[in-house]
Amino acid sequence: MKTTLKLITIFIIIVNSQNILHANDQNERLDKLTKNLRCLICQGQSVYDSQSDFALSVRDLIIKKIDDGDNDQEIYSYLKTKYGDWIMYEPQLGKNTILLWILPLILFIFGGLLIFRKAIIKLDKK
Amino acid sequence: MKNRNIKFFIISLLVIFIFTTLAIGLKKESTYTTENINIENIENFRSKELFSNELIEFTSLFDQNEKFIILNIWASWCLPCRSEHEFLMKLSQNSDIKIVGLNYKDNQENAKEFLKELGNPFEKILIDRKGLIAIEIGAYGIPETYLIDNYDKKIIKKYIGPIDKIKMEKIISILKL
Repeated sequence: MKTTLKLITIFIIIVNSQNILHANDQNERLDKLTKNLRCLICQGQSVYDSQSDFALSVRDLIIKKIDDGDNDQEIYSYLKTKYGDWIMYEPQLGKNTILLWILPLILFIFGGLLIFRKAIIKLDKK
Repeated sequence: MKNRNIKFFIISLLVIFIFTTLAIGLKKESTYTTENINIENIENFRSKELFSNELIEFTSLFDQNEKFIILNIWASWCLPCRSEHEFLMKLSQNSDIKIVGLNYKDNQENAKEFLKELGNPFEKILIDRKGLIAIEIGAYGIPETYLIDNYDKKIIKKYIGPIDKIKMEKIISILKL
């Protein structure tokens, strides 16, 4: 009898711990996603920070989408079709944002070349 | 000397390119609107109708013969909804206008009480308990009113905030009534 009880207890603990772990994963994902989404009716707040009705609905929607098995990209693009690129804090690489992503790289390479050239000239002089 | 000129030319070209692109980008209208969202592409949520308690689909709100349908998102707890209600009532008196409602995160009894007190301009009212249907049509908050071309299934105009006399007249002029 005692052994059966022990076994049942162990089984319950294992099942629950898995549920808790799963819930934690889901919460982490929800936090990550909502931190990158702008609350469109609040000033300077993300969906994660805000308690407005809009933010709460977006959060509910993301929970539903996660439960439906959507991946992060699918959730972001869904929200972008509804509210445009502005809802994302981190703009994604696209036709309109290419310069935004490439410009720092160009400046970095250009600056690097300048420094490299100066160093070579200095070495030559020596 | 020639080498220097080429370098100068390339740098100037790059600078001009960057500045022109940024200048064009500044002037470009980037405000996103939900006008032109196709109602048929919307995920068809099922929810209860406020009075009949019958489970209906979101798109069934538009199963009507009229060319234009007005969709209004409202709630009994929303004060601006109270102020716009008289204009919705006036619009609904016109037999060519059909208004359907989306009751947003509301208590059913309070919603019914609200309509009992101020009148019911809506043909049908779908309950949006969690606000998910509102997101589906790109709403920010309430009240919001959408003018929908029911033949093309498109949102042709969206009014954020309460309907007032000016907006009501604009709606009437768009509908050419």
